[in-house]
Amino acid sequence: MTRTLIWLPLLLFLAFFGLFASGLLKPDDHLINSRLVGQPLPAFSLPAAASDRPALDSTEFATGKPRLLNIFASWCVPCAAEAPQLLALKQAGVEIDAIAIRDARPDVDRFLTRYGNPYTRIGLDARSTVQMALGSSGVPETFVVDGRGKILHQHIGDIRADDVPDILKIVKDAR
Amino acid sequence: MAMKAKHQRLILVLAALAALIAAALLAASALKDEAAYFYTPSDAKTKGVEPGKAIRLGGMVVKGSLHRLPDGVTIRFDVTDNKAIVPAKFTGIAPDLFREGSGVVAEGAFDPSGTFVATNLLAKHDERYMPRELEGMTYDEKSHELRKAK
Amino acid sequence: MIAEAGLVALWLAAALAFLQLALAWFGLVGGKDELLEAMRPVAVTQGVLTGLSFLLLITLFVQSDMSVALVATNSHSMKPWLYKVAGTWGNHEGSMLLWVTVMGVAGGAVALFERALRRDTHMATLGAQAAISLGFYAFLLFASNPFARLETPPPDGQGLNPLLQDPGLAFHPPTLYVGYVGLSVAFSFAVGALLTRRVDAAFAKAMRPWVLAAWIMLTLGITAGSYWAYYELGWGGWWFWDPVENASLMPWLAATALLHSATVLATRDALRAWTIMLAVVAFSMSMVGTFLVRSGILTSVHAFAVDPQRGTFILGLLALYIGGALALFALRIGTVREGQQFELVSRETTLVINNLLLTVILGLVLIGTLYPLMTEAFGHKVSVGPPYFDRIVGPITLVLVMFMAAGPLTRWRKDRAKAVGTRMLVPAIVLVVAFVALGALAWGRMGILPFLGLTVAAAVAVGSVAPLWKRNLRRTPLFNWGMVIAHLGCAVSLAGMASDSAFTVEKLVAAKPGDTISTAGWTLHFDRIVPVAGDNWTALQGDMTVSRGNGAAVAIHPQSRFFTNPPTTTTEAALLTRWDGQLYVVLGQEAEQGRWQMRIWWKPFVTLIWLGGIMIALGGALALLGRERRGWVMKIRKRRAMA
Repeated sequence: MTRTLIWLPLLLFLAFFGLFASGLLKPDDHLINSRLVGQPLPAFSLPAAASDRPALDSTEFATGKPRLLNIFASWCVPCAAEAPQLLALKQAGVEIDAIAIRDARPDVDRFLTRYGNPYTRIGLDARSTVQMALGSSGVPETFVVDGRGKILHQHIGDIRADDVPDILKIVKDAR
Repeated sequence: MAMKAKHQRLILVLAALAALIAAALLAASALKDEAAYFYTPSDAKTKGVEPGKAIRLGGMVVKGSLHRLPDGVTIRFDVTDNKAIVPAKFTGIAPDLFREGSGVVAEGAFDPSGTFVATNLLAKHDERYMPRELEGMTYDEKSHELRKAK
Repeated sequence: MIAEAGLVALWLAAALAFLQLALAWFGLVGGKDELLEAMRPVAVTQGVLTGLSFLLLITLFVQSDMSVALVATNSHSMKPWLYKVAGTWGNHEGSMLLWVTVMGVAGGAVALFERALRRDTHMATLGAQAAISLGFYAFLLFASNPFARLETPPPDGQGLNPLLQDPGLAFHPPTLYVGYVGLSVAFSFAVGALLTRRVDAAFAKAMRPWVLAAWIMLTLGITAGSYWAYYELGWGGWWFWDPVENASLMPWLAATALLHSATVLATRDALRAWTIMLAVVAFSMSMVGTFLVRSGILTSVHAFAVDPQRGTFILGLLALYIGGALALFALRIGTVREGQQFELVSRETTLVINNLLLTVILGLVLIGTLYPLMTEAFGHKVSVGPPYFDRIVGPITLVLVMFMAAGPLTRWRKDRAKAVGTRMLVPAIVLVVAFVALGALAWGRMGILPFLGLTVAAAVAVGSVAPLWKRNLRRTPLFNWGMVIAHLGCAVSLAGMASDSAFTVEKLVAAKPGDTISTAGWTLHFDRIVPVAGDNWTALQGDMTVSRGNGAAVAIHPQSRFFTNPPTTTTEAALLTRWDGQLYVVLGQEAEQGRWQMRIWWKPFVTLIWLGGIMIALGGALALLGRERRGWVMKIRKRRAMA
């Protein structure tokens, strides 16, 4: 009797092991996509946020070429962290426009000198109104907009090095 | 009262085994009563949940249904999975990410009138988070609603 | 350079672990005990190297070296100094390095300080420790390198989860880990003893201090973690029966049982196989807990970095070590001679009951924790929460605590039932008196479990101190004091838990600045809401003054904090501690008409919960000190006698 019972702990453990393994195979929680994906970009017109870049108007996004719209702020640290990735995207031939949130021109200029300037146009959204209209809840966020002004993708948070290929692919597919 | 030498080890092994079996039986009986099953509003409507039984209700907060009662601390809202709607009530401090049109998992029980009285609202600190229990549903981009995936 | 040095230290440590395992193998197979002397420096150097690599990682965090991926993703140059250090283990890689470090240092300590163990068992133990370490070195080096560099370093880091930016993080995870991983020593001892087939009193005496040390840290870690969750999550609860909490409780339950069965083995040479089994189970629970927490297969309210792929790796290690140890147990334990017998009325029996009850609780917690996983395999989704655990763990704990009072009042080997009854007379009278008095005062105003909890706590408090009755307190050995204080701590903690669930008054209101709220004898005046800013957060703060009776008014400041990096809201409850309880105030959201939601709790004697936890750990520390001191004294006497 005792002889057989001493194998019981091992059998119990094997049962638990099977349970754990089946738990690992289970699909993960998934993420909800933004509501604005697939929708046209809301109309806006913003003054220039930097001294050497023009102002930004939503009509610029309907000129036939897909572009990125990056929401950032000079006071936001992750925005600085994603700067190298944006520069890399720019070098890969992606046009990037930006909206600076609750910012001031001297601060934006300083930020761009320090971390590089991948942007074609930068609009200043001093009271976050356009940001709200875009359904963006924080900085940084990046939208991929196709050539007809429709939002294809929303990236919440900073773009990390491993996100760059994904974003490049979305832009390429839109062409 | 000395136990026979040969038998003591066997008695101890049997005692341990009996304890484990007792634990398993106790656990099984308690789990039958206390484990909270996950229901969607249509599950709750079709299967029926007896009032007072602790469950988890998961779905979307219907747009325009959320309002606060005059006491300032109780909210009423409707939960839907697009097939059925269940009215719900919660007294307490709702999580920041709890809002209309977003997914929610509420812990609580139905009262006799059919209102779900939530004792706890679960929301992760990430608005893109989707509870695992709602797995198999997809988010409809146009209507901003949850659908069961086909 | 620092990061590379850290990595090199880790690789060297892994190589030494391999050498240690090889030495143990040759020593055991060839019967060469003298190889133990060669193993000692190897194990010690390995411990030093792991410690060094951990210190180097802390240095990287303090210097905010953003070229290291781990620092860049988890730290921020603006963070306060303390959180830079604590950030080291506030993430997956860093905490696994801490795990390996504790394992290495513990192995080194066993090599350096353990002198009581037989040499062959000592070798086998060090070999087993090296074998476990190797798996975790591999995990660290191949699947979670903490020293990996970034090609293009970002200008600054991404910050630490705001919930973790708290002094609690500096203390709770390291103590918990030392306890968790310290149990690996017990595991290695058990494997060593099985390999050499030497399971006896001397073995248990050698193992006990190591188990005790790990158990003390585990107790402190759980106590600290409970208090941290209590004030940081802002829910007013101190234990949620969350998988992550259960993961720390299960090793503690097994270690507590092990501690007591090892005492039986050390004192009376009984319960040989059972003690070995518990030593294996205790560390297995640590590993299972780590797996549950890190793999994300169970959802938890506590913040943890989760990665299913790493889960697969840990599961592999689990299968190897737990499966291996249990198979070895089954193969070898039949050849271990049976230990001494004991009478039915004896301390041995009370300790066997203690062990059975602890094991049952462990089983119930394990089943409850894993039940959602089991049903999910069959397509049902359930959650198991406090109703289950309270209902079944509560009553068994009460029975356990009652036997805890009876144990020290019963003699080893053989006792007379009548004599035991006489010794337990006073606690029994207290039990009856407390039952009647509390019943008359508050019957029907509290649940049955808190009611029984308070009654039993009173009786057990008296019963725990009873072993000191009529003893010369000055000449009472330190480990007896330790036992008494630890048992008293259990009663104190139980009283706190019961008091919290029986007497807590909760009030939920929506109040305007200028309003006055009264609850549980307290008057709270809500002065205003002001915005405040900290190092890396902004907050809305409620300025309030509270007073009780005619007492002086005290200002409290609950906050709702917004962190920008990463964007998160946290609740900072305001806690006011008094000798007879705690006032706990949480500021909620803004309601209509300029009102703010507020939740106020008055929790009588809730602090006893953690005071009891500290007493339990303190008792353990005294017992450890007492045993060790006795060892030193004996050694000195022996030397004198020889001279």
